[in-house]
Amino acid sequence: MAYYSTRMKSRQTYSWVGRPLLDPKLHHQTYREMSVKVEGCSTELHIHVGQFVLVEGNDDENPYVAKLVELFEDGSEPHSRKRARVQWFIRFCEVPVCKQHLLGRKPAAQEIFWYDYPACDSNINAETIIGPVQVVALAPDEVLPTDLKNEKTLFVKLSWNEKKFSPLSPELFAQLEKLQEGSPRCQKSVEAKTKNIESPSCTTAERAVKRVESRHSSSKSRPAPTHPVTPRARKRLELSSLGSPRTPNTRISRQTSWASPDSPRRTKRKAALSEITSPSKRSQPDGLQTSSPARKAPEKTGEIQRRSCAKDDKKVSAERHMTLRPRVPALKTTVLSEERRLTPTRGRRRSSMLPSVILIPENIRKREAEEPEAQDEAIFSRHHTSRKSSLLTLNRIKQQLRFLGKSESDSEDEEFLPAAEIPDSSSEEEEDSTSPLPRTPSGTSRNLRSSTKLSLQTPSKTPKKTPKPRTPRHATPRIRSRNLAAQEPASVLEEARLRLHVSAVPESLPCREQEFQDIYNFVESKLLDQTGGCMYISGVPGTGKTATVHEVIRGLQQAAQANDVPPFQYVEVNGMKLTEPHQVYVQILQKLTGQKATAIHAAELLAKRFRTQGSSQETTVLLVDELDLLWTQKQDVMYNLFDWPTHKEARLVVLTIANTMDLPERIMMNRVSSRLGLTRMSFQPYTHSQLQQILVSRLKHLRAFEDDAIQFVARKVAALSGDARRCLDICRRATDICEFSCQKPGSPGLVTVAHLLEAVDEMFSSSYITAIKNSSVLEQSFLRAILAEFRRSGLEEATFQQVYSQHVALCRMEGLPYPTMTETMAVCCQLGSCRLLLVEPSRNDLLLRVRLNVSQDDVLYALKEE
Amino acid sequence: MSSRKSKSNNLKHSECLSQVQRILRERFCHQSLHSNLFGVQVQYKHLIELLKRTAIYGESNSVLIIGPRGSGKTMLINHALKELMEVEEVSENVLQVHLNGLLQINDNIALKEITRQLNLENVVGDKVFGSFAENLSFLLEALKKGDRTSSCPVIFILDEFDLFAHHKNQTLLYNLFDISQSAQTPVAVVGLTCRLDILELLEKRVKSRFSHRQIHLMNSFGFPQYLKIFKEQLSLPAEFPDKLFAEKWNENVQCLSEDRSVREVLQKHFNVSKNLRSLHMLLMLALNRVTSSHPFMTAADLMEANQLCSMDSKANIVHGLSVLEICLIIAMKHLNDIYEEEPFNFQMVYNEFQKFVQRKAHSVYNFEKPVVMKAFEHLQQLELIRPMERTSVNAQREYQLMKLLLDNTQIMNALQKYPNCPTDVRQWATSSLSWL
Repeated sequence: MAYYSTRMKSRQTYSWVGRPLLDPKLHHQTYREMSVKVEGCSTELHIHVGQFVLVEGNDDENPYVAKLVELFEDGSEPHSRKRARVQWFIRFCEVPVCKQHLLGRKPAAQEIFWYDYPACDSNINAETIIGPVQVVALAPDEVLPTDLKNEKTLFVKLSWNEKKFSPLSPELFAQLEKLQEGSPRCQKSVEAKTKNIESPSCTTAERAVKRVESRHSSSKSRPAPTHPVTPRARKRLELSSLGSPRTPNTRISRQTSWASPDSPRRTKRKAALSEITSPSKRSQPDGLQTSSPARKAPEKTGEIQRRSCAKDDKKVSAERHMTLRPRVPALKTTVLSEERRLTPTRGRRRSSMLPSVILIPENIRKREAEEPEAQDEAIFSRHHTSRKSSLLTLNRIKQQLRFLGKSESDSEDEEFLPAAEIPDSSSEEEEDSTSPLPRTPSGTSRNLRSSTKLSLQTPSKTPKKTPKPRTPRHATPRIRSRNLAAQEPASVLEEARLRLHVSAVPESLPCREQEFQDIYNFVESKLLDQTGGCMYISGVPGTGKTATVHEVIRGLQQAAQANDVPPFQYVEVNGMKLTEPHQVYVQILQKLTGQKATAIHAAELLAKRFRTQGSSQETTVLLVDELDLLWTQKQDVMYNLFDWPTHKEARLVVLTIANTMDLPERIMMNRVSSRLGLTRMSFQPYTHSQLQQILVSRLKHLRAFEDDAIQFVARKVAALSGDARRCLDICRRATDICEFSCQKPGSPGLVTVAHLLEAVDEMFSSSYITAIKNSSVLEQSFLRAILAEFRRSGLEEATFQQVYSQHVALCRMEGLPYPTMTETMAVCCQLGSCRLLLVEPSRNDLLLRVRLNVSQDDVLYALKEE
Repeated sequence: MSSRKSKSNNLKHSECLSQVQRILRERFCHQSLHSNLFGVQVQYKHLIELLKRTAIYGESNSVLIIGPRGSGKTMLINHALKELMEVEEVSENVLQVHLNGLLQINDNIALKEITRQLNLENVVGDKVFGSFAENLSFLLEALKKGDRTSSCPVIFILDEFDLFAHHKNQTLLYNLFDISQSAQTPVAVVGLTCRLDILELLEKRVKSRFSHRQIHLMNSFGFPQYLKIFKEQLSLPAEFPDKLFAEKWNENVQCLSEDRSVREVLQKHFNVSKNLRSLHMLLMLALNRVTSSHPFMTAADLMEANQLCSMDSKANIVHGLSVLEICLIIAMKHLNDIYEEEPFNFQMVYNEFQKFVQRKAHSVYNFEKPVVMKAFEHLQQLELIRPMERTSVNAQREYQLMKLLLDNTQIMNALQKYPNCPTDVRQWATSSLSWL
């Protein structure tokens, strides 16, 4: 869990090492090495060309990783003349959310990807380089080490080109391997020089603590984890589960102000100190990471203890405070900077300030009160959740998810343990980091900052973030997986049933070739022209609208991978899956960028995005299903959706789907329908031959249906609605019936017309007549009474009282016992609840009006049968 | 010695009886799962096959169970689920979500309930019970993550399905059916409803996504089967502790089922309703009459119970009215006869009453108007009369139009049984002109 000191607290000086090599072509002076000197620190950081480096980005916990290709001086740049050319690596969390699933597995904690995307700007400001890092290339068959001793080492195994993950090419791998061999040496030297910067004892100790903790919590398998936001509960939990190794940390870091420490607290802290430092001895990192940590760590802790015992003034506690703090420098409070001024030499020590925050709500509150604007920032921007707190919660969530999934398999538990303990770059809460394309945020902003720093000479006090305990935003929930594998179909009929299920995606969509082609051409032309546009697709349900569009998108995505069309982003929203029309903005924004915002804010962000789009942005294809549900009084949602593509900058293709053909004319205002344009397409209901073709193509090479049977069902459905879903459902039901009807399980035989007829009957026949036939004697006579009353009055409606008198007369005629009012009322209500009758609410009693919900002929027919 | 023996025998007897009452009441009040399925074997097989396919093969399905109230829809699904859970490979694999349209009155509540029943609410801490939109997207995402082969199937049981169709946009139904028709987490959506026109309630795209499988439960049994059910419901199980008593009891039940008067009672009950719940009600009432001094149910018990069941509740209310109130009702009846069911007001009723009192009545005291008004208002409170419009505050109550909620035959029947009815009142009731 290395905390990279991305934001230097003290000034850094970058200088070239060695003589410049003049590049005649570019008029650049290139260098082979650069040294970074930190003010107040006697050591220097040397960075060579070819080394892997961390580059400051907008995410402090996850700085960018890159390989240094070239160092040069460029006079044309206004702010900084020191430039570097790099080959980027990408972390999993930087991969767009929508594409993360392409990896197909959980990324390992320290896994990064070779960023094979030439469009990305590789020219960066050399002063944004933070420091070297170790990157190990793994062959495709190698397993990613999970239980890492050296958490600073990153692993690269795959490359990512914005479309897919692919294994590293052999030559690339060899190249990386070579570099890697060279790296330990330089790493070592760097390490040696920067021993002040890193305090391995702290980090390792902390890591050990965390490991213990995570193991503990996972093995305990508690049914429901405590709420991560209730700090007190958590604190107690941790205390109880860990004894006390966490307390000192908390205590110390809690001390953000110069509170005069009282002595009992001190002793306690002292005891705690020894506790927290002791694990570091146990879990010494290997020599790979540090030159000689084993020697150094005890020495350091000893020093701390000595000091804390010996001195008794405020300064000591402050210093100890700083020493113990693993670096999360981004948390800049005024207090911190004050401390820094007092102890300038230790200014670059890393602190473990952050984890404490989650435990101490007062602390946060205080800080919030101090810096309200920081709070605002915290709400709206990202990358400022404390990494540690997020990891803790993440661990918990992972366990919870696992716990849901596992009922008895404890072995599984063991397996995931290391993964949970290592800081996972895929931590869900960070997956919303924006698309990686504009990968040079460090460039200008950094420049500006460094210049201000230079002028101010004091470390900037701007409170960058207020860490807030919260649950990850994008913890992806899922239904637990099944314990036993789903059985695969055994018989022909089962196989047929599987293929006939509506969810089964066929390889091709027969009978929609023309529509497919039209939509494809439309979207493709927009992609190629890099413009925007709208298209309206209509058709009754079950005519393959959505399926065709999905197919088109799939085709285009394949084409984009083959570089036939420019890459694009695909977003799908469904009006029915929204609770309210304005939620569409939220959904689109979230799917585009992973951001979460309120509807109003999201609308603003989207408008900004589509109206003022940089040239580097790729086209967005937006599918809006069930458009009619986005109707609002002011129609602002539809208006916006169709307005965005009309902007010159916007590369937005909007495909809208609805059922009614004349929706634009019927419900849309003129200004909305005008923006929708005239690109319309209507999906006609399937004809019987088309339905037949669909069935045949689904049942390809599978002899389960008689040819006549297929034709029968196709004609039947075409006559009814032309809904392909209906067609498939009938066939599926027919396979059931076929399976039932033949007793021998081994040879079910073919599905015949008779089976299909039965299925069709079952699905479409009205049940009213059977219901009447099966109703009780009194119910039937009540229906008769209604008919008689209708005939008498010549109206289609009667009051209960009138029917009752008829009913009594009828019963007398048929020799039935006299029906009391209460009984008759119960009968009437029973018929009403089945909707054979339409009745008013029964509080009207005698006066309630009764109507038949079935035609009189049907009732007569049903009653006559007996 | 012998007396003591008989005493202990008695004690044992009463113990047995309390046991019997406990067992049978349990059977009548809860839809007991052990009762046999009669007449629904085909439907049952259909349902269980469907659920099994979801549970074992991960095939998504949707089905509606339609039948009138008391036809055993819930019993059928519970039976099926119970059997399903007994299958070893299923029991660990299936998640169940039970929703009821009367409880989950909107989609927001329903979503929260689903989340709770799927045990997903702890996954992201406070986030789940956020806004409706968050809930929906959360749940959809959760369900979307799965696929046919690896995810645990979920069986959704929507009781009072028709009420879900009244939710705004039918969002929940659309999404459930959409999941069942797409390659996501396998689900089986089972809807229970008593409305035969349920499909017309579904919106067209919801309807298109529904698989149109319907299982109808129609109470399609005849009287012989009804008699069998009666026997089955009353018989004591073989595992009853006192074998001797159980044998006797069952013998008695057998005798009862062959008794003519019992058959008549049952036939009458059967004619009114095939609903098994009403049979349970009848048996429950009869069972309550069983005591240690009267240990076995008799035909008389059943007849009495039947009388209780088929009693006219309004006639009963009329029995408890005062003579003045009865007089008012008779006056109203005459008004109804004269004006052909036109509404009346207090003043008209009062006038009618005055006429009767002045000319004919000897036994009825001439009450003052406010007293009569009070009686009139009491009738209104009993809902024997009902105002045509809603009462406004400043309307004159004397002139508010009312309607009588009693039928002529009901009034006459009630008067027949009315205790100590004065003769002149009774005469007046039979004919409004009799006083002439």
